[in-house]
Amino acid sequence: MSDRASASGGGAPLRHGGTDIALQLKRDWGQTLSGAAIWIGLAALLAWSWYPAEMDRWTYLITDFDNMRQYGAEFTEPNFRDWDYYLREMVVTVQIALWGTILAVAAAVPFGILCSHNMVPWWVWQPVRRLMDAFRAIHEIVFAVLFVVAVGLGPFAGVMALFIHTTGILAKLFSEAVEAIDPHPVEGIRATGATKIEEVVFGVIPQVLPLWLSYALYRFESNVRSATVLGVIGAGGIGQVLFESIRGFYYPEASAILIIVIATVVLTDLLSQRLRRLVT
Amino acid sequence: MSDIHVEQITKTFGGQAALKGVSVHVGTGEMVALIGASGSGKSTLIRTISGLVSGDRTGGSVRIGGVVMQENGRLSPQAKTIRGGVGVIFQQFNLVSRLSVLTNVLVGFLGQIPALRGTFALFTREEKMKALTALDRVGIAHTARRRASTLSGGQQQRAAIARALVQNAQVILADEPIASLDPASAKKVMETLAAINRDEGITIVVSLHQVEYARRYCPRTIALRDGMVAYDGPSAALTNDFLRELYGEASEELVLPDAPLRPAPVREGIIAGPSLATA
Repeated sequence: MSDRASASGGGAPLRHGGTDIALQLKRDWGQTLSGAAIWIGLAALLAWSWYPAEMDRWTYLITDFDNMRQYGAEFTEPNFRDWDYYLREMVVTVQIALWGTILAVAAAVPFGILCSHNMVPWWVWQPVRRLMDAFRAIHEIVFAVLFVVAVGLGPFAGVMALFIHTTGILAKLFSEAVEAIDPHPVEGIRATGATKIEEVVFGVIPQVLPLWLSYALYRFESNVRSATVLGVIGAGGIGQVLFESIRGFYYPEASAILIIVIATVVLTDLLSQRLRRLVT
Repeated sequence: MSDIHVEQITKTFGGQAALKGVSVHVGTGEMVALIGASGSGKSTLIRTISGLVSGDRTGGSVRIGGVVMQENGRLSPQAKTIRGGVGVIFQQFNLVSRLSVLTNVLVGFLGQIPALRGTFALFTREEKMKALTALDRVGIAHTARRRASTLSGGQQQRAAIARALVQNAQVILADEPIASLDPASAKKVMETLAAINRDEGITIVVSLHQVEYARRYCPRTIALRDGMVAYDGPSAALTNDFLRELYGEASEELVLPDAPLRPAPVREGIIAGPSLATA
């Protein structure tokens, strides 16, 4: 009502083709209600999760602030005495990420093609996709625990964990790129009497390569972060050293390690960003 | 032997018939225009002949050089082999834009060389020279190292023709090859097609939107209307009045508005195809 009055107020009513164009401003009650329902639903979900997530303990943040300050104070004096050891372990972590990512890229190329519904019939892409879902659904840490049991403590377990999880992610991303290609060039290749694989090599890969490279670099970046965590459960690298320091209450050492981790992650981010800009 | 026999081909897309029992014969070394308004079935016919589309399972067959390409709606086992001898040229050029022009032309060898060598793009020096010769033939050898996407539309279309030449194609099917080109480029492309038809004796079927080009470059025209052959005979007989009779209002989109009502200057040396008459 008020909408309408203000739109047509202050002069002759705006009319076009016999209808009052101010009607366009009329409130759509259906939309308003469904909008409200979404917000109410979200609020209900949050309320429902409040106690299970122990959110009621938020007051501890204030009452126990002194504890935190004491704890934090120990971190403000990083101890870099063993910096060369930390750095060596950090490099191991990056090396784990590097191998994990490369193996995943190699596996994701065929799996990505086999996941794309414009490349293979449904009875191929359906099962392959579900397999990739499984790879993705299980967290790196879970895979790492499994591989620690299978191949023993150490970096190799980390590589295998990253490899499998990242394959699931990259195959999905790769196939999305493949499904978005322009089909015409592929048809042009097919018309020359090329084999199916040649169609992919000459018609599909050139089109998706920049995107694929970009995704692979992005995953490498994420894997450097993940590899740090994997160390915690015994898969080698800086994470293992970090976890041992924290468990032994060596907070200044842990602080030094964290600084090295942050510096490395920032560095990889910058580097991969630069590279990604190059390829796209 | 590189003649085309289309026998009673019907093609339905979701209940809509694009082709209704089309039969066409194109002799070796002919250059035939395929005209018709939008939706008359030109593209479908070209794609059916090239085996990219298979017809309905209502009988019907396509044979190229006497070998069955498809029969009763199924591609024959020899389809891949025949495709190697049939160059297809598309309205959108269908080059791979991120690859070099030379590589795009080398793709034409894929049907002739061992699959393993093709898969790893191991082309011999001799093949590369042949590809360059083909590019030179269509007048764009100087673009060989450039990315296909950096070429103008007309140059891309000529690169596509070079690919068909490298394929050693005895038949070239061109689906609206000039529909997205400016008039100057269109003329260049049509002249290139006419030249390889004349010099290499390659059979060419080219679908065109505008009858002017058919009159100028093709001795014979097949006109489609609603998925059926409405006319098959010398292009010279296709006057604007006759087109109006054939297509009614739709004839306007086939004729350039300012086109003179000139009878086609049929190129010497080639006599219009014998199969006149369905008109």
